[in-house]
Amino acid sequence: MTDASARLSAKQWFSAERIAESLKAARYGDRAYTAVTTAFAVLIPLLLLLIAISITIAAWPALSQFGWSFITQSEWNVGAGKFGAAPAIYGTLVSSAVALIIATPLALGVSIFLSEIAPKWLRQPVGFLVDLLAAIPSVVYGLWGVFVLIPLLRDPVGPFLSDTLHLGKTPLFSGPNYGYSMLAAGIILAIMILPFISAVTREVLLAVPRSQREAALALGATRWEMIRDAVIPYARSGIIGGIILGLGRALGETMAVTMLIGNRPEISASLFAPGYTMASLIANEFSEATSDLHVSALMAVGAVLFAVTLIVNALARWLVWRVTRASRR
Amino acid sequence: MKRLALVVLAVGVACSPDQSKNGTSSATPAAQRSGSVDLTGAGATFPYPLYSKWFADYAAKTGVKINYQSIGSGGGIRQLSEGTVDFGASDSPMSDDEISKAKGPVLHFPTVLGAVAVTYNVPEVTAQLKLTGPVLADIFTGKIKKWNDAQIATLNAGVKLPSTDILVVHRSDGSGTTFVFTDYLSSVSKTWAVSPGRGKEVPWPVGLGGKGNEGVAGQIKQTPGGIGYVELAYAKQNNLPFALIQNAAGKFVAPSSAGATAAAASVAAKLPANTDYRLSIVNAAGADAYPISSFTWILVYEQQADSVKAKKLIDFLRWALADGESQATSLDYAPLPASMSTQLQARLNTIKIGTTK
Repeated sequence: MTDASARLSAKQWFSAERIAESLKAARYGDRAYTAVTTAFAVLIPLLLLLIAISITIAAWPALSQFGWSFITQSEWNVGAGKFGAAPAIYGTLVSSAVALIIATPLALGVSIFLSEIAPKWLRQPVGFLVDLLAAIPSVVYGLWGVFVLIPLLRDPVGPFLSDTLHLGKTPLFSGPNYGYSMLAAGIILAIMILPFISAVTREVLLAVPRSQREAALALGATRWEMIRDAVIPYARSGIIGGIILGLGRALGETMAVTMLIGNRPEISASLFAPGYTMASLIANEFSEATSDLHVSALMAVGAVLFAVTLIVNALARWLVWRVTRASRR
Repeated sequence: MKRLALVVLAVGVACSPDQSKNGTSSATPAAQRSGSVDLTGAGATFPYPLYSKWFADYAAKTGVKINYQSIGSGGGIRQLSEGTVDFGASDSPMSDDEISKAKGPVLHFPTVLGAVAVTYNVPEVTAQLKLTGPVLADIFTGKIKKWNDAQIATLNAGVKLPSTDILVVHRSDGSGTTFVFTDYLSSVSKTWAVSPGRGKEVPWPVGLGGKGNEGVAGQIKQTPGGIGYVELAYAKQNNLPFALIQNAAGKFVAPSSAGATAAAASVAAKLPANTDYRLSIVNAAGADAYPISSFTWILVYEQQADSVKAKKLIDFLRWALADGESQATSLDYAPLPASMSTQLQARLNTIKIGTTK
């Protein structure tokens, strides 16, 4: 191609025929490209839709029998054929919320340190180590939790929170502390989602233009003021995006949570109390579920988990949209 | 994010050869590999170590290869009902309702027995604790809250019990072990029989849930005051302490394969001729019987359409019930009483071959 075109004289090169021909070729290429990418783009939502439809069909017997009580009732009694998923829904939301509360400041701190403060030679290795957290299998987190985190929670951490800090008087840290708890699940989830939030946040912070920083510094801002007033607001929507990604992971995480949460289908205000999540419920019971209603109820839990994830994501998107709109004003 | 993607990719690549190997060995439908696999089965995880030894030995002896997926009793029953496997395996008998949903009458063949051990973590106590059924039921309903409760103390005279809180640990996943344990509690306690009742998963009044034997054992090991139940084989292989349980004859017995066989023998002695072998042997009579014992079953259709497969299946079961039984004890399973395995071998003749009804 290059040889042939090089041999063309300038006059031939700029001739109307040649240009028309190459434009035509490009149009075909464009059309094919458009078609292929459109097909791919349609495929993904279609897949999502199909998953939603098939889960809903499988869940329908349970959903139609129990109606709203499926998500408001707490009794889950396989033998009696009563299925209420409220504790599992509550547990999923609360454990994820605890995870976000712990992970977000940590992840933000790590990313700000790595993108703004750390010397260059330190950025790569520390960043790599944080990313590596995402590579650890869930079950390994679970094992670590059982053998390290749980004993720690039971002895120094639990009594420290409830007695030394006198938080035991608040409902949040009351009751017996066995280690296996909503708190344990939240902490393990926090460690698991931290690399996702920090990876996104770091890239977003690095993408903030130099001029933004230089402008702040030129106005006499200290380094901290520059980060707080110029860098973070610029990167805000990206940071929230990272948090959403982490939240999505936390909502669906199964193995590690199952090993640490205590698997008790009860709603308790205390973070020391054991709980249950929707993903754990499905993982625990699906392999031994024989009655049609039981299988359908587990499918319904899957459908609710799906819906909760969608709603939480939609809420988060709306938040991003509001934040970006407010910052443009 | 780029770096994260790289890490994820690297891990994915590192894992993938292994995964693809697993994938082909477990996910490929049996039909595609009919050249190498003769029979397929699916179900209970509890007897899997023994079954896999059986299948290996039987293949070495006869060349008949059996592919078994230990996906859980529930999965085994589902797959049998859908006709995707040649036999199912379950730790709890199928209910009438479940059988009615299958593609025809299902025969239950007990293969071996298991016992459920009650394990605990009370560091202050070195002697083996003695417990009765009603006391166990009270512990698991949360009525007995402390280890030095009067009811436990009277059973264990001379043992200095601490005032620690009791923490009940049960299985969170559906399990045949839970079925046997709750079946026992239901048979000794009327209140337990009403609620929570017996089942592979029940609404536990108190306590924490652990996934699998290892989940339960792990939580107990780490929590002073913990009590729970695990399969005997698991308790023995991991040197867990276990309680002596009072049997129907009033004796305190340790869980053992001999105790389970004794329980089965006492039930088998009184069997009606037309039994379908969906038997519960908890709290069985007999001085040596261990009260929390149970059969595990292989499930086959009475009416077999494929005569080649049916013959292979019957031959295998005949071998398992005769020669296979002798291997049970070495793997901590309890063999069937001899009289019963003879009865069951005769019962194999009732399997009908051919499509005519």
